[in-house]
Amino acid sequence: MSIASTRYATLDAGRNYWGLLAVLAGVVLAGFAGFLHLEHEGHWITGMNNQVVWGIPHVFAVFLIVAASGALNVASIASVFGQVAYKPLARLSGLLAAALLSGGLAILVLDLGRPDRLIVAMTYYNFKSIFAWNIFLYTGLLAVIAVYLFVLFQPALARWTRAAGIMALLWRLILTTGTGAIFGFLVARQGYDAAIMAPLFIIMSFSFGTAVFLLVLAAACRGSGRVLGDALLFRLKNLLAVFVSAVLYFVLAYHLTNLYATEHHGFEAFILNFESLYSKLFWLGQVGLGSLLPLALFYSPKTRNCRVSTLVGASLVIIGGLIQMYVIIIGGQAYPLVLFPGMEESSSFYDGVVASYVPSFWEFLLGITGVGIGLILTVAGLGALDILPEDLSDPKPAS
Amino acid sequence: MSLGLTRREFLQGAGAAGALTLAPGVFLYAKDPEAPVTDAVRWGLLVDTRLCQEDCNACVDACNEEHNLQDLGRPETDAQWIRKLTVRDPLGGRTISLPMMCQHCENPPCVDVCPTGASFRREDGIVLVDKHTCIGCRYCMMACPYKARSFIHENLTEQLPDAPRGKGCVESCTLCVHKVDAGENTTACAEACHKDGHQAILFGDLNDPDSEISKRIREFGATQIRADLGLNTGVRYQNL
Repeated sequence: MSIASTRYATLDAGRNYWGLLAVLAGVVLAGFAGFLHLEHEGHWITGMNNQVVWGIPHVFAVFLIVAASGALNVASIASVFGQVAYKPLARLSGLLAAALLSGGLAILVLDLGRPDRLIVAMTYYNFKSIFAWNIFLYTGLLAVIAVYLFVLFQPALARWTRAAGIMALLWRLILTTGTGAIFGFLVARQGYDAAIMAPLFIIMSFSFGTAVFLLVLAAACRGSGRVLGDALLFRLKNLLAVFVSAVLYFVLAYHLTNLYATEHHGFEAFILNFESLYSKLFWLGQVGLGSLLPLALFYSPKTRNCRVSTLVGASLVIIGGLIQMYVIIIGGQAYPLVLFPGMEESSSFYDGVVASYVPSFWEFLLGITGVGIGLILTVAGLGALDILPEDLSDPKPAS
Repeated sequence: MSLGLTRREFLQGAGAAGALTLAPGVFLYAKDPEAPVTDAVRWGLLVDTRLCQEDCNACVDACNEEHNLQDLGRPETDAQWIRKLTVRDPLGGRTISLPMMCQHCENPPCVDVCPTGASFRREDGIVLVDKHTCIGCRYCMMACPYKARSFIHENLTEQLPDAPRGKGCVESCTLCVHKVDAGENTTACAEACHKDGHQAILFGDLNDPDSEISKRIREFGATQIRADLGLNTGVRYQNL
């Protein structure tokens, strides 16, 4: 299959297609109903409180935003670094990134205490706030992706593809830096306040985004009766394996640095000593289920050339990624703020104790809604636009 | 009014002079409500932990009453603008009690991170939340080193005119800005502590070298909580 001959087609709008859209629309509608209930009652119906102020919605939202950035990997590798094999997939890469980003942003907006003041968030800016910067970075990425896709769809603009790709690559790297900095800039929290948060989030985006891309690609091909060749699938798998390893490296560097400084030993014990819930999630979920097991599936001689193992591995990376977000976002808040280093603190406001957090149904509904929005936009895009190549089978060996 | 002065001009002049003596010991602190707040003053609190009693909750009760902070029976989500904190040194077991509230930092992290600028610091040092532009993102609560802020998790009723509050916004100690702006120059917590005879909380102008708070800090010294963060807090503590 050569690039020049790549032919794209929409998904066939058969019963299965409309059925999938209807299910996803149901999820989004249910989520919106849940949002209205949350908006009416207030956040007391969630598990969030004055100690853990960001909960499950933020776990899903940040995961989706980070994965959106990473979903652009294929576009970047194709358009910026000129890897021919990925060029037919650049359109899907752009669509998926925009869809996931929209889902993540929707969660953040719906979780606001005053979502009716969205217009305030768009008209009043404090440019010292990384949050304010992120509003521009997120909406800006949607615009950059729109330009990138427009260029891809216009053969006459082919010479601009690389420029648009470079723009998208730089923008998403800055965006993920900004997302990591939301936590890195929190000077007083023991689990944050670390410059490594920005590059950690970038490498997490590479990993989560590639995993989501791989699964969506495989599902779209299967659903539309297209052949997805082993060469392409395993190439993506090998890329994902490198990213999963890199995330582990950054996590190792983060904890080793903390472990060297005695002042951080309390927080490190909280995450590493296998006693707290967050520690168990870290070791079993993030490291075991989400990193080591996929790596074993990706690299083991028995499974490395197995399509099912690849798909299972990518799914585990996503589950592990959500758990990693949970450990970072919730674990970082649950660990008590240290007001008096070396002292024992207690109060009626839960000073000195690990904050409790029990997520409620409404929070999960909000999180699932974001996923639903991301998927429904992807499916609708695949049905409306010539995104997916008709043929993704392995190139035939030259005779 | 003689000399052709309007009432406002008269009061402005009196305000500029600081206070008008109506009778021996009776002062009228006249302040033009439209006069801009300036950095000529920096309001703050001084807490002497030796005088703060562990079993006393007067400052908390007074704050709750002053701003109508209700106990809704959900301690994890109920708002607390001020709380009593017990700090114990594991070496020797010395225990102190102190009130913890917004520290009214000169460089407040909550103001830095607020995307809309709803968290702001007045020229006179009081850190507030503009309830009209707070979108309820709670990033300020993540950033505050003192866990001084509360999010309103439910519908509220019977709010007081001086303490506008509502579901979906973040709030914290206002240093009783309504009292300050009315020229009362005190806070509910300081008043209550004084009334209970402890006098552990002193309100005053940190910029005025002749104020009682400045004199005490000059004479006995005072500490900032998490001074390592370099926030230059407006609330200082003695005998930590």
